[in-house]
Amino acid sequence: MEAWIQFLQFLVNALSLGGLYALMALGLALVYSILRLVNFAYGELVMVGGYTLLVVGQAANIPWLIVAALAIFVAVVTSLLLERVAFRPVRHASPNTMLITSFAVSTLLQNAALLFVSPRTRAVRIPSFFIENIRVGGLLISKSNIVTLVVSLAMLGLLTVFLRRTILGSALRAAADDFVMTRLLGIRANVVIATAFAISGCLAGVVSLFWIGRSGSVIPQIGLTPVLIAFVASVIGGMGSLAGAVVGGYMLGFVTIALNTLLPQDLLEFRQAFVFALVILVLLFRPQGLISGAYSAERI
Amino acid sequence: MNAGAFADFARRYATVAILVIPLLLIAMVAQLLGQVVLQRITIVLFINLIMVIALQTFMGNSGVISFGHIAFMGIGAYASALLSMTPEAKAAALRSGYPLIEGLHLPFIPALLGGAAVAALVAAMVGFPLARLSGAAAVISTFALLVIVHTILLNWSELTNGPRIIFGITGHTTLWITVVFGVLSVLIGLWFKETALGLKLRASREEAQAAASIGIDIIIVRWVAFILSALMTGLAGGLWAHFITIFSPIAFYLVQTFLIVTMLIVGGMGSVSGAVVGTVLITAIFEGLRAVENAVNMSNLLPGPLAGFTEVLLAATLIVLLIRRPAGVTGGQEMRLPRWTRRRPAGPVA
Repeated sequence: MEAWIQFLQFLVNALSLGGLYALMALGLALVYSILRLVNFAYGELVMVGGYTLLVVGQAANIPWLIVAALAIFVAVVTSLLLERVAFRPVRHASPNTMLITSFAVSTLLQNAALLFVSPRTRAVRIPSFFIENIRVGGLLISKSNIVTLVVSLAMLGLLTVFLRRTILGSALRAAADDFVMTRLLGIRANVVIATAFAISGCLAGVVSLFWIGRSGSVIPQIGLTPVLIAFVASVIGGMGSLAGAVVGGYMLGFVTIALNTLLPQDLLEFRQAFVFALVILVLLFRPQGLISGAYSAERI
Repeated sequence: MNAGAFADFARRYATVAILVIPLLLIAMVAQLLGQVVLQRITIVLFINLIMVIALQTFMGNSGVISFGHIAFMGIGAYASALLSMTPEAKAAALRSGYPLIEGLHLPFIPALLGGAAVAALVAAMVGFPLARLSGAAAVISTFALLVIVHTILLNWSELTNGPRIIFGITGHTTLWITVVFGVLSVLIGLWFKETALGLKLRASREEAQAAASIGIDIIIVRWVAFILSALMTGLAGGLWAHFITIFSPIAFYLVQTFLIVTMLIVGGMGSVSGAVVGTVLITAIFEGLRAVENAVNMSNLLPGPLAGFTEVLLAATLIVLLIRRPAGVTGGQEMRLPRWTRRRPAGPVA
């Protein structure tokens, strides 16, 4: 009985964290699958969402849901803006150039937050469900875990419907498969790419709600861990494969929670190192990732 | 030596002279002006130069991007510091549980080389799986490597004093030591390109399948270049450690990575000349902006300290450059003597 409860506890925690990680990975993978751009600035979209929560949350008594919606909106707008200003001009350059551009954009945004907001950690107003727990039988579950779990599944469901049932979604999947051919069929590149960036920003915005909900504060470097998790999850899952990103995200969530439970106390601080060593291990045996997407060429 | 042979000789080694002479001039000016600040900037310039050339040796020749090289700087810095610190200093700075390491005490240069060797050893171990990757997967994996090494440096308190500063290192690094190693790295960078290994690596960069078809083992050549590059980066880390003498793991993370990568990309990662030009150019811009930042902070014009100003402008510069001139200032070419010195018979142009 005791072991059974522990297992359920583990499952809920892992599914919740895995769901969040899957959203992070999906936002990165979506842009990558179409543009072959590894977007370092993805983490800064989470940061922008976080600062919106901070600034709007401070102002008067606006209901949290509206603040949250605003945070997502700002992340989407920022994502679209970055696409227009920074990434469109280098779209035809090599993937390396795009990558370094995104690295520069990431540094720029992070330091802009440092310069114009504050280098210090700032507490963010979060609704009470992020800290409350509920008891189901012998299970002690935090409400935020349940919300994260439900929201991530809902987002994944919505996105699946969008990608499979709408014309724009089909265009997106076609572009991920073969962009040149898709354009030849009369799909406008700018629309497809902008849509991908908008969805990516939306996912980052949703991630920012839960990520900042977990820590209750925001700093300019807050985007680093989410972007790293997204990187690792999408490499494990297979670069360029959306299903792979989701699988990689859930896997990473499970591994993280498992390490949390299994590692002895004095090794716990090395957890991040263990998790990222997993990437190198996976790549050793499956360089193309668990699910190989369209991008499976040129791995020697 | 007749005129034709001399022209050939001059052409061949012109790049070396064009790169080394200005570097020596910079060092001499710093020495002669005698200002401590200027000398310290020049020392950091040469240490960064070694790292940028190390990165160019790997990235420029293989075409694979690495975001993990600063990890080797950190390893080189900590390893060489542990080798050179006196047992008393180690006892004061660290509560190391390792008597073997505590008892070690080497002179500066052996400690420096030892630190570089440790970095190369780590590169040899992790580099093999990484050498199979290119493109996005390589970027992400090397970035993961940076995070892994950073986490280890932060938490292996017995060796690194954890996130706190490590102190008690003697300041052995002088301007002329960094100049010697800096010039040496220019020579190594130029030499490596033309070695059989360098040519194979460049062939694999241009056309991986074709290179493999003529029997080039791409994994091996990438791996060897990665190790050489980590060795140079580790050496630079050791020089830096014995220059700055007090540091903590955060010095070997994203800020330094951004700086080194920016230097290489701005100069042009295709050539050693690009590495040199980028390092000098970005150092000048960086120090200029820092001076402005400090002046503003000193004048109390603003309510709070001005943080991040330098980085914002540097990043903006990089973005504009990537849009306008993605191959860097040098366009990925080595600097050569102008065309009029060439006196070649008619024939196919190589």
